[in-house]
Amino acid sequence: MDWTAINPILLLASLMVAATPIILASVGELIVERAGVLNLGVEGMMITGAVCGFIVAVNTGSPVLGFIGAAIGGAMLSLLFGFLTQFLLSNQVATGLALTLFGLGLSALMGQSYIGIKAPDFPDWHIPLLGDIPVIGPIVFQHDPMVYVGLLLVVVVWAFLKYSRAGLILRAVGENHEAAHALGYHVVRVRMLAIMFGGACAGLGGAYLSLVRVPQWTEGMTAGAGWIALAIVVFASWKPLRLLLGAYLFGGVTVLQLNLQAAGMAIPVEYLSMSPYLATIAVLVIMRAGRAPGSLGQSFHASR
Amino acid sequence: MTIKSIMAGATFAASLSTAAFAEDPTKVGFIYVGPVGDGGWTYEHDQGRLAVEEAFGDAVETVYVENVPEGADAERVLQQMALGGADLIFTTSFGYMDPTINVAEKFPDVKFEHATGYKQADNVSVYSARFYEGRAVQGHIAGHMTESNVIGYIGSFPIPEVIRGINSAYIHAKAVNPDVEFKVVWAYTWFDPAKEAEAATVLIEQGADVILQHTDSTAPQAAAQAAGNVVTFGQASDMAEFGPFPRVSSIIDNWGPYYVARTQAVMDGTWESTNTWDGIGAGMVGIGEITDAVPADVKASAEALRDSLASGEYHAFTGPLNKQDGTAWLAEGETADDGTLAGMNFYVEGLTGDIPQ
Repeated sequence: MDWTAINPILLLASLMVAATPIILASVGELIVERAGVLNLGVEGMMITGAVCGFIVAVNTGSPVLGFIGAAIGGAMLSLLFGFLTQFLLSNQVATGLALTLFGLGLSALMGQSYIGIKAPDFPDWHIPLLGDIPVIGPIVFQHDPMVYVGLLLVVVVWAFLKYSRAGLILRAVGENHEAAHALGYHVVRVRMLAIMFGGACAGLGGAYLSLVRVPQWTEGMTAGAGWIALAIVVFASWKPLRLLLGAYLFGGVTVLQLNLQAAGMAIPVEYLSMSPYLATIAVLVIMRAGRAPGSLGQSFHASR
Repeated sequence: MTIKSIMAGATFAASLSTAAFAEDPTKVGFIYVGPVGDGGWTYEHDQGRLAVEEAFGDAVETVYVENVPEGADAERVLQQMALGGADLIFTTSFGYMDPTINVAEKFPDVKFEHATGYKQADNVSVYSARFYEGRAVQGHIAGHMTESNVIGYIGSFPIPEVIRGINSAYIHAKAVNPDVEFKVVWAYTWFDPAKEAEAATVLIEQGADVILQHTDSTAPQAAAQAAGNVVTFGQASDMAEFGPFPRVSSIIDNWGPYYVARTQAVMDGTWESTNTWDGIGAGMVGIGEITDAVPADVKASAEALRDSLASGEYHAFTGPLNKQDGTAWLAEGETADDGTLAGMNFYVEGLTGDIPQ
């Protein structure tokens, strides 16, 4: 095979882009799960965000407004989940799965008249000075703004959980909702806010696909990215920085395997195709697995 | 009650039952591998379904299920459709082959039509289009258009239909440009826009300036457009929204006439298990408009190639051709037989890499 065909700089640069939708969606889900709620509807919220973002961006001509619309769309859909699970105390697993199916259908309906339309351009940022650094510049500092929004979100979430009082409350609600309730914290309110944040992030992740990565609207375009995001949250043992690692690993191996194929690697393609999943699982399992939040997936009602 | 009113009642009942008989529509089912809004493969099958509706109006009722995974799920969907009273079912992807055969055994009165496969039964017809004829035209244009002499090819699954396309495109690109090199990436999906975009980007990064795709979404077109100087071709559907550049031409699947004819046959009771394989000549494969981004002489020679394929005077696989390992396949002037083409599992000489087994 021809190793020279693979340009490591371009490879690392496209790794960052490939990982971004997963980072966005999974960092939102991480907050949701740390608050003790298991929302399996990430895929549905992503695709709804993808179509909402696309519709807003096409109609306004502004990708930035598109991303805002996507976040709102995702959050709206997650409100439905929040209402059902937090107020009507429905089963979270079943409701989450239903949310995915609903989101896929809803987005297909909403996107009917947007098929085959092009999204407005969302140019890359060429960050002055930093972008001119050889090697590191093109890898890290010449992307579209959403790549940095994703990174920033991970850091903010990490700091929020580790250092802020609100983060402590959120974790308390997730670890033991009865204790948190006894201390006077409003469990349902905290969880609703977390669910909405998760929905907004998933929406951003979806819009990253429809506005930047593809950039177009096609039905079912998330093609399972939401499930990968869910899996990465678990394998990252609910820790934001490990989540970043997991998403980069997954995105990186995905891009690498395509590169190896194109360069004529002698390994059978089937193994290359499964490699992103295997590598991500292997690495995150080998790193000491963490513990799930204590109240994850349990319904809470103050009367009990 | 007089005799007269009884007679009237009987006539009324009789007329009612004949009316009901006449209005009992033929039910035609379709199962799709992607969403109807994919802008490619499934979209065109759905156009075929709409053509059936238009041709017969109230005499038919069509149903479809989209996004059906290839495999056990397909069997479940097919069974449901057959139980739901479908008279004729089109299964529109290669991976539905075994499910179609399995379900057809259980429902001998329902007619099945499987696209792009090779397993026939008394109530299972197979049909496909000679897409490789279109690939020949694409290869011809691609060979002329490439400056880097690297052509990227996004394959879906390593099945004969896709391999035929790669071989046909390569042979005709090589004929006009001996230095041309193909890089093939297998995406292992028919429809995953993000993955297709990634595959296209990787090929472009590795120097390809022409991208051929055998996957169903328009994502590679968008990736090529973003790159700026990369030529693409519409796949399955015209994808004209990406013209005149990067999309310079396309292969268009035209299933409508076939679907109408087969539905008619079921209505008339003349349906028989057949094996249909039509190409440009019969109109099942269309070549989308070649845009002005292609030099006029190349456009003219591509159209000449298209016409000679259509008339049958030229076959896309005409010897001398060797297999990848150098063994002789077709002698000078010999053309490939349909049996070999239908089961094609080898590259022709000059292509690099292995076909995943």
